[in-house]
Amino acid sequence: MTLTLEIIGISVLWMFLFGYVIVASIDFGAGFFNAYNTLTRREHILTNIIERYLSPVWEVTNVFLVFFFVGVIGFFPKTAFYYGTTLLVPASIAIVLLAIRGSYYAFAMYGSYGHKGYTFMYGISGLFIPASLSVVLTISEGGFISMVNGNPVLDYFGLFTSPLTWSIVVLSITALLYISAVFLTWYANKAGDSSATDLLRKYALIWSLPTMITAGGIIFELRSHNPEHYARILDLWWVFGLSFLLFVGTVWLIWKRKNYGLAFGLLTGQFALAFFGYGVSHYPYLLYPYLTIYDSFTNEAMAIALIVAFIAGLGLLLPSLYLLLRLFLFNKDYVRGNKDYHA
Amino acid sequence: MGNEEAVFFSRILTELTLSFHILYATIGVGVPLMIMIAQWVGIKKNDEHYILLARRWARGFVITVAVGVVTGTAIGLQLSLLWPNFMELAGNVIALPLFMETFAFFFEAIFLGIYLYTWDRFENQKKHLLILIPVAIGASFSAVFITIVNSFMNAPQGFDLVNGELININPLLAMFNPAMPTKVAHVVATAYMTSAFVLASIAAYRLLKGSNHIYHKKALFLTLKLGLIFSIATAIIGDFSGKYLAEYQPEKLAAAEWHFETEENASLVMYGVLDDGEVKYAIKIPYALSVLAHGNPFAEVQGLDQFPEDEVPPLYIHYLFDLMVTIGISLTGLSALYVLATWRRWSFVQTKWFRWILVAGGPLALLAIEAGWWFAEVGRQPWVLRGIMRTEDAATTSGQVDLMLALFAGLYLILGIGSIVVLRRMFKKNPVEQEIEDRRKEQDGDIT
Repeated sequence: MTLTLEIIGISVLWMFLFGYVIVASIDFGAGFFNAYNTLTRREHILTNIIERYLSPVWEVTNVFLVFFFVGVIGFFPKTAFYYGTTLLVPASIAIVLLAIRGSYYAFAMYGSYGHKGYTFMYGISGLFIPASLSVVLTISEGGFISMVNGNPVLDYFGLFTSPLTWSIVVLSITALLYISAVFLTWYANKAGDSSATDLLRKYALIWSLPTMITAGGIIFELRSHNPEHYARILDLWWVFGLSFLLFVGTVWLIWKRKNYGLAFGLLTGQFALAFFGYGVSHYPYLLYPYLTIYDSFTNEAMAIALIVAFIAGLGLLLPSLYLLLRLFLFNKDYVRGNKDYHA
Repeated sequence: MGNEEAVFFSRILTELTLSFHILYATIGVGVPLMIMIAQWVGIKKNDEHYILLARRWARGFVITVAVGVVTGTAIGLQLSLLWPNFMELAGNVIALPLFMETFAFFFEAIFLGIYLYTWDRFENQKKHLLILIPVAIGASFSAVFITIVNSFMNAPQGFDLVNGELININPLLAMFNPAMPTKVAHVVATAYMTSAFVLASIAAYRLLKGSNHIYHKKALFLTLKLGLIFSIATAIIGDFSGKYLAEYQPEKLAAAEWHFETEENASLVMYGVLDDGEVKYAIKIPYALSVLAHGNPFAEVQGLDQFPEDEVPPLYIHYLFDLMVTIGISLTGLSALYVLATWRRWSFVQTKWFRWILVAGGPLALLAIEAGWWFAEVGRQPWVLRGIMRTEDAATTSGQVDLMLALFAGLYLILGIGSIVVLRRMFKKNPVEQEIEDRRKEQDGDIT
């Protein structure tokens, strides 16, 4: 694998998708825990923490996703033909859920338009969105799309009866709950809220093992579903092994109530390794067996223009993101709720 | 579902999404500038009312921006879901501005988050105002980049199509296509204009509903001054748009103006109806079409007789064009009258009936935005990419588009109702008199 424009393109996009996975997981998980606690009448413990974290960043989360799919069309225009045609239903469902979730969050936060039913919907939709989005990963493994008269057609029955589909759905949910719980444990601890920290720590521990089990299960299922991909995963065994070690480190720290910040750092490393290990082993296919990053790639002029735009854009974004984090995430007064400057 | 049906439902769904999204997007592009100006005036004049105006607008803005963001995500994905063949081609040539739009949007989102949560956090109001600048720039540039994509659809260039293969692709040439200057300027100027009239409409409504506070009068005067400036800009840009169309999309201009025969000294047809190919009850302004198209009353303007029948856009775009122009000109006149009368202290602008007209201004401006986009999109038919790809060849082959149409129609209904309910409640619960009172108490008692 040499560093070609194709590789740069897919790496950039994969990075943003990883960013989305992390920030969206925190967001979706927070919504779910909040709903769960409202249902069990313990909302007073978490609501405050979660709202303080989510409020200034909710809009940013969405942009990661938009960035990813716009970038995919830019770098790999042929994906529009294959995925665009076949994803109409799952992607539309995800959009509708995202739209309701996003806008009603703003309605509730800024318009004080909240009631319990809404909190509940908000929590549940956070689980359905990753479930519907993760179907894309399943489809990319091949076997669910066939060509009819030169047009790709999705086999819904095959898709919904495949154990692989459901394992990936379950993984997306367990992983998001785990990521979210670890992050919020750290955040609650920073805010000096010990009862919230305890509760979130418990959630983090509860969801750690299921995440690992489903992840292992998926690798196992790939052995029969897509042997080529499975073989490439085995070639990269050390990446996944390292990821597992980081996982153990995170759980150990959380268990021992030590250094939650480092624990979240290790968790990010764990998921980054697994995510990129998965990505690299998927190479060169975007869609088994029809589409690789090479035959779907855009022309050279566009690729260079996009990369230049990306670097320039990043130069603008990174300082802005840093400012956002400094003012809210890493600002003691804000995190602890001492100050409220909302419009 | 046959492919014909897929094309039909794809068109309806795209039209529905765009028609809904554009209302929120237009407000999303224009209002940050209005907030910025109000806050700046407040700092300059050291007038608490303008600062409060900025703050209250910002609060309402969050609601509209939320709906704008999520429906923008919807249209962004729908382009690939409903028009995969078009996006495959477009991705090769015009992906750059689409990509840059996400950066502009990212930039806006980050600073909007900061701006909303830092009211009164800085000792110096000017610092807070500084944070709003990237929001306004990000919002306007989102519109610029997306409109560039749309202008490319009207005047594609920057590539060669040889035996179905795309070669010699030049992304910058594709971006700076002939349609781009007038289209971008028109979209941005009308977004500012519409936002000004929408905000004016709210101020006028409050004044009518019993609140005679000076706050609303200041808001009304400020927004109508801005409305006047941007509607004059829009009119000037509109003239250039006419010249662009005559040069690069003559069939669109001819269809919009019901200009059937190529002729010199062409007159402009306004209003009227089409009866069996004959124009009835129309007002004809001599030479005006030649002036609009070429800046010369005697110039020759191409008529529809020059084009094959299957490349002529539907003739009903004439009504859309008339609607847009009529509203635009009326609002220019209305705001000019108000500004003049306020300077001259003519009292009729304080009357109820005049304020009701001002209230109508906001919805009318939004209607003009809709009419303008319908005109722009239907006027490009039968092409999705003019001269290159027909709309019917661009659509998906998926069989579930009709179901998705129902799904999204439900979504927009929920979002539309939700946003209106929330906005109404937000400002009803906290009228400006009360907020001014609260802030006064806060400062007197120095409670933070």
